[in-house]
Amino acid sequence: MQELIIIIITAALLSNVVLSQFLGICSFLGVSTKTDVALGMGGAVVFVITVASAVAFGLYQILELLKLQYLDTIVFILVIACLVQIVESFFKKYVPALYRALGVYLPLITTNCAVLGVALTNVQNNYNFWQSVACGFGTAMGYLIAIVILAGIRERNAANDVPAPFKGSPIVMITACLMAIAFFGFANLSI
Amino acid sequence: MSVTGIVLAISFQNVMYATLMVGGVGLVIGLLLGVTGYIFRVEIDEKQQAIRACLPGNNCGGCGYPGCDGLAEAIFKGEAPVNACPVGGAAVAAKIAEVIGVEVADVPAAEGKKAFVKCKGDNDTAVLNDKGRKVCKYGCIACGLCVKACAFDAIHVVNGVAVVDREKCVGCGACAAKCPKKIIELVPESKEHMVACSNHDTGKEVRAVCKAGCIACGMCAKNCPEGAIAVEDNLAVIDYEKCTNCGTCKEKCPVKVIR
Repeated sequence: MQELIIIIITAALLSNVVLSQFLGICSFLGVSTKTDVALGMGGAVVFVITVASAVAFGLYQILELLKLQYLDTIVFILVIACLVQIVESFFKKYVPALYRALGVYLPLITTNCAVLGVALTNVQNNYNFWQSVACGFGTAMGYLIAIVILAGIRERNAANDVPAPFKGSPIVMITACLMAIAFFGFANLSI
Repeated sequence: MSVTGIVLAISFQNVMYATLMVGGVGLVIGLLLGVTGYIFRVEIDEKQQAIRACLPGNNCGGCGYPGCDGLAEAIFKGEAPVNACPVGGAAVAAKIAEVIGVEVADVPAAEGKKAFVKCKGDNDTAVLNDKGRKVCKYGCIACGLCVKACAFDAIHVVNGVAVVDREKCVGCGACAAKCPKKIIELVPESKEHMVACSNHDTGKEVRAVCKAGCIACGMCAKNCPEGAIAVEDNLAVIDYEKCTNCGTCKEKCPVKVIR
């Protein structure tokens, strides 16, 4: 149990998927204008990554059995695409407002390298089932934390008098950069 | 069996497994998606889709609903009248009425409107300060917010003043809502004469800041055969309910501020 908690904290803070592994930047920058939308996106990513890790683990066992490990990428992508599709139709039915707000970024979770990244990291580290799920959940929580913090900062930044050359994307990049530096501080966390 | 034969046989078996594996996963996923797609299906009535198809689809928001989808839903539920789309006007109202089976005659479509910028002080006629901005504190400041707001490319800043392209304007009111000076008005489509000034100062003060402004002389009000014009707070105002497009005001205006 303790080991699982360590995996979650490591994945969420020490090696944050966005801020220190630089995966999933697209939606991180794209959907971080409002905190509630960012929260919805984070929630969707948590679901997709956690379930994807679990399913990917099971599938990898079959691949190993058949000595087809080289197929992991393509099979994982299939699973991820399927999960994203389910999330999308779920949102469309029950939270249409969020569905519209997320727009193209929702299907883009499919190609969000964070999701595939976790599945492949799990395989590389030879994690067992629960370790895989914990790693997936932790990574997704890291994404959620990062995108919600960035959205919060951007909301406040919108009211600030940003110098003209930095308006729009540049200031967001700088904000993300400073966040990455701040998260670097977690590297010294000894657990 | 030769060596190459064995290699071929093994690789064939591998390819078979790989194909079956990926194909199998694809099959399972396809079934799963079919089932979830059925569970999470969103039921949109055919009529609502038909109404949506009648609407212009620019999502300008002129009707007050979030885009054309929003209006289609409202019309379908009976919350909005069939002529609620200010852009489509009578033609769209008639089509929608047909779709939901209402008599077109029952719903006289509201008359279309066109946006009008109540300022004609361009960079030549208005007095500019040393920064090149107009001194007049009422007129168009050429900020361009209306240009950005317009989804129909119907308003442009020309020589320091916003000008509406009446051919393209659909009267959605997006520009009027964005104008920081609140000088864009929606005028009934059929009316031809408007006062192109918003300055409420006295004639002398107006002359000091703009050659094109209304000096509140009252010539238009005195000569209007319908009594449709009044000078209110140093500015001529036309009552479009009474205006008959006779054009007397335009003729009599000494500063040619009435178009």
